Amino acid sequence: MSDSQGPLWEVFVQKKSGQPFVHCGNLHAFDKEMALQNARDLYTRRMEGMALWVVLSEHIVASSPEDQGSFFEPSNDKIFRHPTFYQVPDVIKHM
Amino acid sequence: MNHHYKYILRLADNALINTQRLSEWTGHGPFLEEDLALTNIALDILGRSNLLLEHAAKIDNTGKSADNLAYHRGEREFLNTKLVEQPNGDYAQTIIRQVFVDAFDLLLYTELCKSSDQTLAGIAAKSVKEITYHYRHTSNWVLRFGLGTEDSNQRAQQALNELWRFSGELFYTDETDQWAVKEGIGADVNMFKDKWTKTITSLFAEANLKLPENAFMQTGGKNGIHTEHLGYILAEMQSLARSLPNDKW
Repeated sequence: MSDSQGPLWEVFVQKKSGQPFVHCGNLHAFDKEMALQNARDLYTRRMEGMALWVVLSEHIVASSPEDQGSFFEPSNDKIFRHPTFYQVPDVIKHM
Repeated sequence: MNHHYKYILRLADNALINTQRLSEWTGHGPFLEEDLALTNIALDILGRSNLLLEHAAKIDNTGKSADNLAYHRGEREFLNTKLVEQPNGDYAQTIIRQVFVDAFDLLLYTELCKSSDQTLAGIAAKSVKEITYHYRHTSNWVLRFGLGTEDSNQRAQQALNELWRFSGELFYTDETDQWAVKEGIGADVNMFKDKWTKTITSLFAEANLKLPENAFMQTGGKNGIHTEHLGYILAEMQSLARSLPNDKW
């Protein structure tokens, strides 16, 4: 199946300038230009964003489910790492 | 038939028959992403044909709607070029047909943005952005086919040999076109014929495909003389509206 559709690419959409690119899904394409065009057709037809990134899925290095314990749980009991002792001014958005 | 109505109707019919043909691929594309891409393109063109038919109906002013024009005219009353009614064939044939259309429409609708017919100028402004993307997509496929495998190159070449003779009609003009140019409503296609030829020639050269030489150019579609294919398209497109006239769904 994947042979006839090209490799898998991950798609990131930026809603508007200055905001982060958010992962929204994936697609098949044979090269960069086709991946970009397919991303436009699949993920931005309804004004979802103003900019696109596509990247080959195999180029993404991901943690595995087995890593969950050693990677993330040690932060559970270290509440002092959360900046909850500060007042965030109202004008700061996207925190 | 007055010139203004006929000029708009020709634009509308080109878009309508083009989108009807492209829609046949919906659900049958070579793979999911491309299926959606071509369906999107067809949908853009459907939107344009609807706007143009509404505009034509208004100019005609005999109480007809856009639907009347789409579903209750016969083959000889359709004024689209023969190019857009040609069969989809394999994907190379669909792409070659569409790249001719897109390269032409991009130049045509860019000119029509300046039309003294405000409605037409508005439709054109919206369409140019869409067609710019369509051409990017289809020209990309021409390169892909031309520079791909021996098989894909051969299929694209075959499609080019088959369809080239219908490309000349895009630049056929008669008294209606001349009237529209004189009134500032229409675009003078001769103004950008060289530009179109240059675009197409360099695209196919880059794709390692050869344009046929000295082909006899088919015309007639713009005056209602069609190839055998249009009748079948209309039979399918109009059957529901004709078997249940005035029904709503």
